Amino acid sequence: MTSTTGTAVVILVLAVGTYAFRLVGPALHGRVVLPDRVRELLAAGAVVLLVALLATGALTEGGGFAGWARPAGVLVGGVLAWRGAPFPVVVLAAAGSAALLRALGVA
Amino acid sequence: MRSLFRTPMMAPLVRDSALVWLASGVVGVSFGAIAVAGGLPLWVPVAMSLVVYAGSAQFSAVGLLLAGGGPLAAAATGLLLNTRTAAFSLAVADVLGPGRFARLAGAHLVTDETVAFTLAQPDPDRRRAAFWVNGLGLFAAWNTGVLAGALAGTALGDTATYGLDAAFPAVLAALVLPALRTDRSARRAALLGAALALAVTPAVPAGVPVLLALTGLVVHGRKGGTA
Repeated sequence: MTSTTGTAVVILVLAVGTYAFRLVGPALHGRVVLPDRVRELLAAGAVVLLVALLATGALTEGGGFAGWARPAGVLVGGVLAWRGAPFPVVVLAAAGSAALLRALGVA
Repeated sequence: MRSLFRTPMMAPLVRDSALVWLASGVVGVSFGAIAVAGGLPLWVPVAMSLVVYAGSAQFSAVGLLLAGGGPLAAAATGLLLNTRTAAFSLAVADVLGPGRFARLAGAHLVTDETVAFTLAQPDPDRRRAAFWVNGLGLFAAWNTGVLAGALAGTALGDTATYGLDAAFPAVLAALVLPALRTDRSARRAALLGAALALAVTPAVPAGVPVLLALTGLVVHGRKGGTA
């Protein structure tokens, strides 16, 4: 177990560092005029990051495969979203399917 | 800002945000419970959630602390996971609002969920309202959940039983689908990036796969195609 001081330092460093990352956008905004091409890439970059989070979050856990229940639940949600289902339905169906599969013994 | 919160666009934003809040609140409960059940004092998950406010980085930092990984490794892993918030903050910089306070306070609310929710809105007014409604509610839900979980300790059990681990990827799917449908260039970049991220996941530290996904942008066409 780490000491109280050590733990406090971890929290402080994480907090300051994370806030600095988060401040990059608002701090640069209005000071730097970004070329259209850069703006285009930034917008696409956000989509790329979100889809990568979606893929790794749906399929992996701790560097390995997350099991079948979670991706199956996400797939149910994704198909419903594709077909235009309301947002609450998508989320509840995803969680519900994963929970049901686990209750049935699917990891 | 006040007039923004009275407009009729609020009801659907709150309704759609509510499930994101609920899911994050429950994940927060499990974070608080895991930290306290593992032997950390109550103030650790509570303070971390208020000032760091980044779910995956908090889980990895607490996991490393509990596993005896040392403060340096815990901080480094958490920071690596959070580098993506720099890119996200650039993507939403123009929706925070004009004032210095809005920008300083808004920066702290930049999370995966809130950015995805914001960028899914069709026009600038809705994006700004969505960022603040979703972001403030998420901050409240996350921190309330963590406190409740830390107080409840181990009573809750494994939150995977409720399928909550499938909820967040599904939220992301619902939010990015409109952009993927209309923007062919972003779609190609995102698919290549996701494939790269999945391929390297077993071999690299947490946080790196998602950042490497950005190399998918090499196939992003010059015209963009965002009609």
